[in-house]
Amino acid sequence: MKDSNSNTEKIRKHRKPIPVQVHYMLMVIPGFVWLILFSIVPMVGIVMAFQNFSPSKGWFGSEWVGWENFEYLWRLGDTRQVLANTLIIASGKIVLNLLVPIIFAVLLNEVRNVKFKKTVQTIVYLPHFISWVILASIMSNIFGYTGVVNLILGWFGVEPSVIMGNADTFRQLLIGTDVWKEFGYGAVIYLAALTGIDPNLYEAAAIDGAGRWKSIRHITLPSLIPTIVLMGTLSLGNILNGGFDQVFNMYNASVFSTADIIDTWVYRIGLVNMQYSLASCAGLLKSVVSLIMISASYLLARKFADYRIF
Amino acid sequence: MIKSKTIGSRIFTVVNTLILAILALSCLYPLWYTFCLSVSAKEAVDAGMVVMTPIGFNLSSYSMIMKDSEFFSSVWVSVQRVVLGTVISMVVMILIAYPLSKTNKEFKIRNVCMWVLIFTMLFSGGTIPWFMTVKYYGLIDSIWALILSGSLPVFNVILIISFFRQLPKDLEEAAVVDGAGPWRILWGIIVPCSVPVLATVVLFVSVGHWNEYLQGLLFMNTPEKYPLQTYIKQIVVKISPDVSYTTEQYQELLKNSNKALDAAKVFISMIPMLLVYPFIQRYFVTGITLGAVKG
Repeated sequence: MKDSNSNTEKIRKHRKPIPVQVHYMLMVIPGFVWLILFSIVPMVGIVMAFQNFSPSKGWFGSEWVGWENFEYLWRLGDTRQVLANTLIIASGKIVLNLLVPIIFAVLLNEVRNVKFKKTVQTIVYLPHFISWVILASIMSNIFGYTGVVNLILGWFGVEPSVIMGNADTFRQLLIGTDVWKEFGYGAVIYLAALTGIDPNLYEAAAIDGAGRWKSIRHITLPSLIPTIVLMGTLSLGNILNGGFDQVFNMYNASVFSTADIIDTWVYRIGLVNMQYSLASCAGLLKSVVSLIMISASYLLARKFADYRIF
Repeated sequence: MIKSKTIGSRIFTVVNTLILAILALSCLYPLWYTFCLSVSAKEAVDAGMVVMTPIGFNLSSYSMIMKDSEFFSSVWVSVQRVVLGTVISMVVMILIAYPLSKTNKEFKIRNVCMWVLIFTMLFSGGTIPWFMTVKYYGLIDSIWALILSGSLPVFNVILIISFFRQLPKDLEEAAVVDGAGPWRILWGIIVPCSVPVLATVVLFVSVGHWNEYLQGLLFMNTPEKYPLQTYIKQIVVKISPDVSYTTEQYQELLKNSNKALDAAKVFISMIPMLLVYPFIQRYFVTGITLGAVKG
C-alpha cells in the first residue's frame, strides 16, 4: 500500500495537481449524503398524503387517491379545533417570548453589581438546556395533586385539583412554562445588543437630569429596536409551531380539547392509530404553510433589518 | 455609570434586584425541588409535605437505582449516542462548512449547495414520511437510528459557515504559499482558530442528543435500547395521553407510583448537564449572537 501511495504521489507531482474544486466537492459529500438520506428521501414520502398508504406496499405500490385525504381532513371535526389550538398557543408564545426577554434584559442591564448580574444570567439560561421530558416530569410534581402549587393554594383556602388536567387553563400553563424555560436564553441576544451602547450616552443623560426610567425609555429601548424588529419578524415563522416536545410531554387526554396541536395530532393519528396517509396529509399542509411563513419572515427581515442567513 | 442617588432610583434598584432574584430562584427551584423529593421519605413525598427542604432524609431512592439495570443500560445508550453522534456530526459539519464558507467563485457550486441546505432547513417531509424512511432503511432497534435519523443539523452548519467567513483571509493565503492543500488548511488552521463557534456547536449537538427522546420512542422496540430520556418519558410521565383520569383514579395512580424514586432518576439525568454547563456557557453566548446579529 505504502509503495503504491508514494508511486501515485510521484505521478501526481509530474501531472497537474488535483484542482481545489475537487477537494471541496469531496468535503461536501458526507454532509450531502446525510442530508439526502434523512431529509430529501423523506420528502419523497410526501406521496403518502396522496395515497391510501399501506406500509407493506410502500411509497411506489400504494393506491393513489388524489386529494381524497385532504378532503377528508377538511371535513373532520378535529381539524379546526387542532388548528385553533395551535394558533392560540403559538401566538401566545410568540408574543410573550418576544416581550419577556426584552423586559428581563432591560432590567438586568440596570444592575450595577457585576457579580449579581453574572450569577442571574448563568442561572436563567439553565432551563433552556433541560429537556421537556425532564421538565414535564418536574412540572407534574410541582403542579400535581400533592404538589407545591396546590399546597400554596391550600393556604388561601383553594381546594386541591389536578392542575394539569384542567382544560380551561392548560394553554396558559403551556405558554407560561414555555416562557419560563426560554426567557433567559432569549435575552442573550438583547444583552449582546445592550453591551454595544456607549456608556457616555447614559452619563450625558444623567448630567441632563434624566432618571432611570427616562434613560431606559430614551437610550436603552431605542438601541434595542433593530434587534426587536429582527427577532419579531423571524418569530412569525413559528405561527404553526405549538411546540411538540412540550405539549407531547405535558398533555393528557383530559386536556386534548384545548392542548392538542397539529404536531401532537399528527403523531397520534399517524403513529398511534396508524392512519399514515391522513397524518402525512396534515403534516404536509403544516410544512407547506410553515415554509411560506418562514420564507416571508426571512424576506421581511432581509428588507427591514438587513438580515442575511448566509 | 450613573451616580444619581434619588429615592426613586434607590427604590428602583431594590425592586429590580428583588424581581431578578425571584426570576433566578424560579429557574433553580424546580431542580432543588426535584432533588428534595429524591432524598425525602416516600410517605412525606406522597403526602405532599416536601416544599423547601428534604423531609425524612434518606438515600434509599439512589440505592434502588444502583440495582436497576434498565436505568443503567439506558444511560449507556445515551452516552454512546452523545459521543458517536457529536463526533460524527462535528466532522461532517466542519467538512461541509469549509467549502461553503468560500465565495461562489472559489467553489463553483457553492450557491446551489447553500440553497439545498436552506431548503431542507425550512421544509421537511413531515414526521410520518421520515418515520417510514428510517423504517425502510432497517434501522429499527439500531443505535444508528438515534445517531443519524436527525439528519444534518443545518442551523449549526450555518453558524460554523458564518464564523469561518469572518476569519482573516491572510491566514489561509500564507498557508497556500507554504504549499498546504485544502485539507491541511482546514484541520491545521481554520479549525484551531474557530474554537468558540465549534465549542458552541458541540454544546448544541451534544445537548440535543442527550435530550432527544422521540427517536428512542419511535425506533427502539426493546426497552433495553431506550436512551435515558425515552426511559424517563416511559416511567415518569404516568398520566398516559390515551386515558382520561378522574381525580380519584389519579390519586390511586399516585399511590402506586414511587415519586421519590422517579425524582432521583430525573435528577441523575440532569447531572451531566449541570456539570458541563458552567464550562461551556461562556462560549454559547458567542455562538447565538453570531447566528442572529450579523451584517
